[in-house]
Amino acid sequence: MNPGIVTASYIGATILFILALGGLSNQESARRGNIYGIIGMILALLATIAGVTANVGILIGGLVVGGTIGLVLAKRVQMTEMPELVAILHSLVGMAAVLVGFANFMDPNAHFEGAELTIHDIETYLGILIGAITFSGSVIAFGKLSGKITGNPMLLPGRHWLNLGLLIATIYICKMFVDQSAAGQGGGLMPLLIMTGIALLFGIHMVMAIGGADMPVVVSMLNSYSGWAASATGFMLNNDLLIVTGALVGSSGAILSYIMCRAMNRKFLAVIAGGFGTTSGASSAAEGEQGEVVALEPHEVAELLKEAKEVMIIPGYGMAVAQAQHIVHEITKRLRDKKVNVRFGIHPVAGRMPGHMNVLLAEARVPYDIVYEMDEINDDFPEVDVSVVIGANDIVNPSAQTDPYSPIAGMPVLECWKGKTTVVLKRSMATGYAGVQNPLFFKENTRMLFGDAAKSLEAVFKDL
Amino acid sequence: MRIGVPKETREGEKRVATTPEVASQLIKKLGFEVSVESGAGEAANFSDAAYVEAGATVVKEAKALWKESDIILKVRPPEFNAALKCEEVDLLHENQILITFLWPAQNPDLLKKLAEKKVTALAMDSVPRISRAQKLDALSSMANIAGYRAVVEAAQHFGRFFTGQITAAGKIPPAKVMVIGAGVAGLSAIGAAISMGAIVRAFDTRPEVKEQVESMDAEFLELDFEEEGSGTGGYAKVMSKEFIEAEMALFAEQAKEVDIIITTALIPGKPAPELILADMVKSMKNGSVIVDLAAEQGGNCKLTQPGKVVNVHGVTIIGYTDLPSRLATQSSQLYATNLRHLLTDMCKEKDGNVTVDMLDEVVRGATVTKDGEITWPPPVPKLSAAPAKPAEEAKPPEPAAKEEEKPSWLGPALTFGIGGLALLGVGAVAPASFMAHFTVFVLACFVGYMVIWNVTPALHTPLMSVTNAISSIIIIGALLQISSGEKLIMGLAGCAVLITAINIVGGFAVTRRMLEMFRK
Repeated sequence: MNPGIVTASYIGATILFILALGGLSNQESARRGNIYGIIGMILALLATIAGVTANVGILIGGLVVGGTIGLVLAKRVQMTEMPELVAILHSLVGMAAVLVGFANFMDPNAHFEGAELTIHDIETYLGILIGAITFSGSVIAFGKLSGKITGNPMLLPGRHWLNLGLLIATIYICKMFVDQSAAGQGGGLMPLLIMTGIALLFGIHMVMAIGGADMPVVVSMLNSYSGWAASATGFMLNNDLLIVTGALVGSSGAILSYIMCRAMNRKFLAVIAGGFGTTSGASSAAEGEQGEVVALEPHEVAELLKEAKEVMIIPGYGMAVAQAQHIVHEITKRLRDKKVNVRFGIHPVAGRMPGHMNVLLAEARVPYDIVYEMDEINDDFPEVDVSVVIGANDIVNPSAQTDPYSPIAGMPVLECWKGKTTVVLKRSMATGYAGVQNPLFFKENTRMLFGDAAKSLEAVFKDL
Repeated sequence: MRIGVPKETREGEKRVATTPEVASQLIKKLGFEVSVESGAGEAANFSDAAYVEAGATVVKEAKALWKESDIILKVRPPEFNAALKCEEVDLLHENQILITFLWPAQNPDLLKKLAEKKVTALAMDSVPRISRAQKLDALSSMANIAGYRAVVEAAQHFGRFFTGQITAAGKIPPAKVMVIGAGVAGLSAIGAAISMGAIVRAFDTRPEVKEQVESMDAEFLELDFEEEGSGTGGYAKVMSKEFIEAEMALFAEQAKEVDIIITTALIPGKPAPELILADMVKSMKNGSVIVDLAAEQGGNCKLTQPGKVVNVHGVTIIGYTDLPSRLATQSSQLYATNLRHLLTDMCKEKDGNVTVDMLDEVVRGATVTKDGEITWPPPVPKLSAAPAKPAEEAKPPEPAAKEEEKPSWLGPALTFGIGGLALLGVGAVAPASFMAHFTVFVLACFVGYMVIWNVTPALHTPLMSVTNAISSIIIIGALLQISSGEKLIMGLAGCAVLITAINIVGGFAVTRRMLEMFRK
């Protein structure tokens, strides 16, 4: 096919991808955006496939088999399992980047000279490096999110030195690779393989050191990496479409990681470097003052809700674990029929990936116009009669504001204690992920409802 | 243990130290036995029958009650009992526990007598003001009632509506109320007056209460004067001479304008500050009302007569000292609940036995005599950190501001400098073809940056799945190589096609599925 037409199709695809991301700025345009994305992808595929001269059978077979698997996955996945799905899909992008990198390296048709060869080699090297990290990191993230690997951070002694050592090793091997590759045809495969191994190890080690509640950062970071991997591959292949798309995805993931880190008031590097474990120990002893916990029965909670005019529901990961989103919606519906103004307050890091809670609530058919972001509703709490905290802990912890020594100090939190009453649904008095006791539970206007969130809420619903 | 609740004997005292409801909780939840003197709750509208129903015993003989009880709950400090013709202190015996308002600072003799009798006495007015003890802070309970009642008394003596109205018969202006001292009583008065429709202004020497006042829709009067009025434990302290002058000028000006003044200014352990002078009263409109909640401590108004209502210069000055008692049912309820909370704290086993644990900060603070010793005043409790801060914070800004200024231009300059140098460096060595791609890359990063910030946070999960799908554009790399004659390359490319196909279809399909769910 005429290269001009291919390039034109690529430009079209690029624009459509940008429109797809732009469409996500609100719920109405998002569906159209997704369709733009699909059209863009088809356009790019058609233009490229037209240039394929041999092995069409394998190509079609791969597309059909892969497509079917993808479709089945997408249909079957539970909304609570979204983070796992996204993580495993990231690993596939990483894997593909590695495969394409190797294939390209072995391609005998490529001819480069001098500086161009060096640059091309570095591009290949980077593409495979990022791809491999994305792959192994995503697999571990998938394991952690699905509970196959423990969510606790695994902190090796001297892990920062280990990481530094791996980094220096990759740089050294890169030089080896470039030298060997320049020396002649076929050289450099060995350094490339060694580097791939190191990158895989690095990905595993990096994600293993990160704890469960920091997963939103990890997932968005891996999202970003998969983009950079695509971009590096684009440089390698001199393909602008790959570069642009990769850059779009990369910056998207980077911004999400930034938003997540800001929502936890933590430095990106601190999250990546490891869990909360290193900072918390000393300060927990300082906060001696606790009070009594007042526990309620479900029917008393129902009474509270019936008498309220303004209700704020604050969901956390516990809601996802208990699959309580449907019963939450039933309660919401019942209350709204009674002219109670029910709203949802979502903390950016609630759940295990950005926007996790929104998706769960949407699945339960909670209308999205009563679901608010933390910044939108945090000032409204003084007017709220009852706040219902479902399986959340650190995101409603007042010591983030009051105790400068708390490990979560400075983290923005939902100020539900400013409302008249707060009902906290919890399994037990165990501390949240950060391992910090939550003074909210001991506040005068806080009531506890112990037990599995879904079961407790069903009992509440019966009495409404 | 047996709890005894005698009838209050002070003239005009209508409150009682326990209500039937609280008595039943003391009996059922904490395992105490409760005896109530016959007629103790009558003035507060609690009948003997109600106490019996709650499980308490009603005792006719007051002396027997004093004798047989292990714990005595009272409202007023022990005094001369006219009905029994003896001092109540003499009715107490060794190891008995007395819980009541005691005012240990004002009653040193009483304290001495209690210690001599080896009575363990807990003063409800000495409960430390820490957050854990809020539920047994009887002073706050009573102040709250006093503030409310002050407004009711003012309304009683004020000849007009509180609320403004426009009627067929003409326009009624709303009453203007000034509340001095925005403590518990002051805030309560503000709330009551506002809910009756008055325009309320409030003054306090402690600037941190401004927010609370404004949260109740009242106006906070401010002096153009810098001085911190917060003393220890959330109370006010004595202010400097200049401050008081400015304050008086403000009051004089306000007195001409407002219809009702409610004063609640108290400084712990000192006579009440004199804030409303005779000429200010004179300058007030005829028919105005002053309610002086500090009457018992000498009054904030010079013309107040404690316990009485007087009319001076056409202004009614109410100096009642028994406002909580004038809402006896309510104040008995709150006071009894405060006492119950204290007993709950002291009776950890819930077996009807109390221990006076001197290591417990709250119990230690309240206990004024124990084992024949006077244990008042208690060691200073830990203070709330809030009032101390502003003073500390006031100092650092100057040096900090200077330090901050530098990075404000240095930071971006550095970033741009390094960024520019890095770009130049790349440009110097890289071939032109690379630079073209690099341009595209950098521009795409910026486009991505702009576009992604517009994405609503609610759609972050779909964003991730859709970016995941489009990052599978890497399939193009595989497609370009799949035609290769070499088996290995073909295999690698075929494999990459397979997995990216999973990703493309899976990513778009799951995004679609999620977006379908978002509904209004």
